[in-house]
Amino acid sequence: MIAYIMCFILFLVGFYGLITRRNLVKIAVSLSIMEISTFLFFTLIGYIDGGVAPIVDPADPVKIYVDPLPQALVLTAIVIGLATTAMLMAVIIRLYRKYGTFDIREINNLRG
Amino acid sequence: MNPLIPLFVVIPLAGAFLIMIIGRFIEEFNKYFTSLILLFMTCLSFYFLFTTGEKIFLYKVGGWEPINSVPIGIYMVMDGFTVIVVCIINLIGFLSAFYSISYIKRYTAGNYFYALFCLMIGGMNGVVLSGDLFNIFVFLEISVISSYALVAFGVESNELEASFKYQILGGLASFLILFGIGFIYWKTKTLNIADIKAAFGSGYNKTSYLFIQILILSGFGLKAAIIPFHAWLPDAHSSAPSPISAMLSGIFIKAVGIYVIIRLFFNMFMISEGMAILITTLGTVSMVIGVFLAIGQWDIKRLLAYHSISQMGYVVMSVGIGMILLSRGAKPEIASLAIAGGLFHLVNHAAFKGLLFLNAGAIEYTIGTRNLKEMGGLAKSMPVTSATSFIASMSISGVPPFNGFFSKLIIIIAAVMAKFYLLAVLAIIVSIITLASFLKFQRFAFYNKSDNNKNQNIREVPFPMVFSMIVLSIICILLSLLVIPEIRDAILTPAINVLTDPAKYSTSILVQ
Repeated sequence: MIAYIMCFILFLVGFYGLITRRNLVKIAVSLSIMEISTFLFFTLIGYIDGGVAPIVDPADPVKIYVDPLPQALVLTAIVIGLATTAMLMAVIIRLYRKYGTFDIREINNLRG
Repeated sequence: MNPLIPLFVVIPLAGAFLIMIIGRFIEEFNKYFTSLILLFMTCLSFYFLFTTGEKIFLYKVGGWEPINSVPIGIYMVMDGFTVIVVCIINLIGFLSAFYSISYIKRYTAGNYFYALFCLMIGGMNGVVLSGDLFNIFVFLEISVISSYALVAFGVESNELEASFKYQILGGLASFLILFGIGFIYWKTKTLNIADIKAAFGSGYNKTSYLFIQILILSGFGLKAAIIPFHAWLPDAHSSAPSPISAMLSGIFIKAVGIYVIIRLFFNMFMISEGMAILITTLGTVSMVIGVFLAIGQWDIKRLLAYHSISQMGYVVMSVGIGMILLSRGAKPEIASLAIAGGLFHLVNHAAFKGLLFLNAGAIEYTIGTRNLKEMGGLAKSMPVTSATSFIASMSISGVPPFNGFFSKLIIIIAAVMAKFYLLAVLAIIVSIITLASFLKFQRFAFYNKSDNNKNQNIREVPFPMVFSMIVLSIICILLSLLVIPEIRDAILTPAINVLTDPAKYSTSILVQ
């Protein structure tokens, strides 16, 4: 249970950073922290106390295996997260070239 | 097993790959190739529209058969509701791609544009066809990441800023959705939508169930830009290139937002009255606030983007009324009528909002501005744009011979019959304000006398743009035929039956 609570705290840390930071790169980092907490939560779901990796060994059939599906899903989600972060960083670099600043308060052309 | 279903995903993905490779060597390859594959997929989707009916087609990816009737592979499902959305995705996609043949001259890097365009279409088709929750997430990310890139395609300061906002909120939405999917997997140990329905049917924990519903609703609500989550939409949709705006506003928010909400809340979760009331309230709020935000805008594309929020509000409200009635178990025929109105309006909105964004693109293409105050007197020099945008404006504001009138009429009749008088009155008022704001658009863009003489030598836009706009305006008129009972029974009724009878969806998938 404590692991789930830590994972939720990590999510909230990321969310806090997303709301309060003013620097574009720090916002991107906060988003990554949220992302990591979601992945952690996903892997925790498949975890079983005392379980081993799900490789069937005919010599010892009574092992407890962890659920392999969440691990496969998290691998997919990590790749997607990588693409999202790369895209975000590319846009941040372009924004810096246009505005000459990372401060989100000075990037406010669009409103209304 | 229907082997034609995965073509909707495979063809655009392969197309994006081929465009990046062959497009380097052959100039102009990208333009005609994209239009060609999208034309093929439009024909394929119409073939499915006329053959699906009440049937549910299934494709098991990799041929994994269920073991002890527990599905273990990824399922792709084609039913009456899916096929309507697939049709509008590919049709509007084809017309936007054809329109871009001329429009893309404003930009460099045509290969990237068309490759991202194909990826977005493939992702949306995947979301709509998928019968598996995690697969929905993967395809959603494919289409959403390519739409981030397409919004920033102009790489000017406004486009980049809009794309940044969109990415932050879109990223937040993705993690909420992933969190929700994780919770569902934790509680049910399955990811297949039909199987989740069966697992929830045999008992669940009320608190975590509500938490999952809220996570899923807020995640997909962010993608669909329902009012408390709408902040990114006007920026992103107005900054993108115009054919992409037509795609984003016309079909993207429906395919990855509204469609998934409707599908999951009807076919996966038990319909509960509290959730139904929440959805109806969100829809009503976005319908009313969206139109008030829209009427003060002077930038054409921002005005149209805010109207998208408002019109999506109609769809969500109407479907929500249907959910409330279904959860009470009373008057199923009025519930069907409300859902029919919502789906009808969803299809109509794709046609007229796509057309309006293409018109806005044509205006921007010729006179180089989006500000209504700098336009005027375009009706003489651009007759086709003027006529088609008149049809679209009248459709969206619900003036009788056009399609928007009939769908709004059905929604209002359903609201009155369900005794939600306040919602009916609000729907009428919002419709009138919509008419006012589109009369403003018409007057300032096309009829007002312009002060300066620089508009003298404006000519009509090139043929591909004209063609797309004319086809869409014909579709706007033809769609009003859906109100005729025979045609409605053939197209809309199967979709409504899938939604109103949730047991049918899950059992018929698990049995096959």
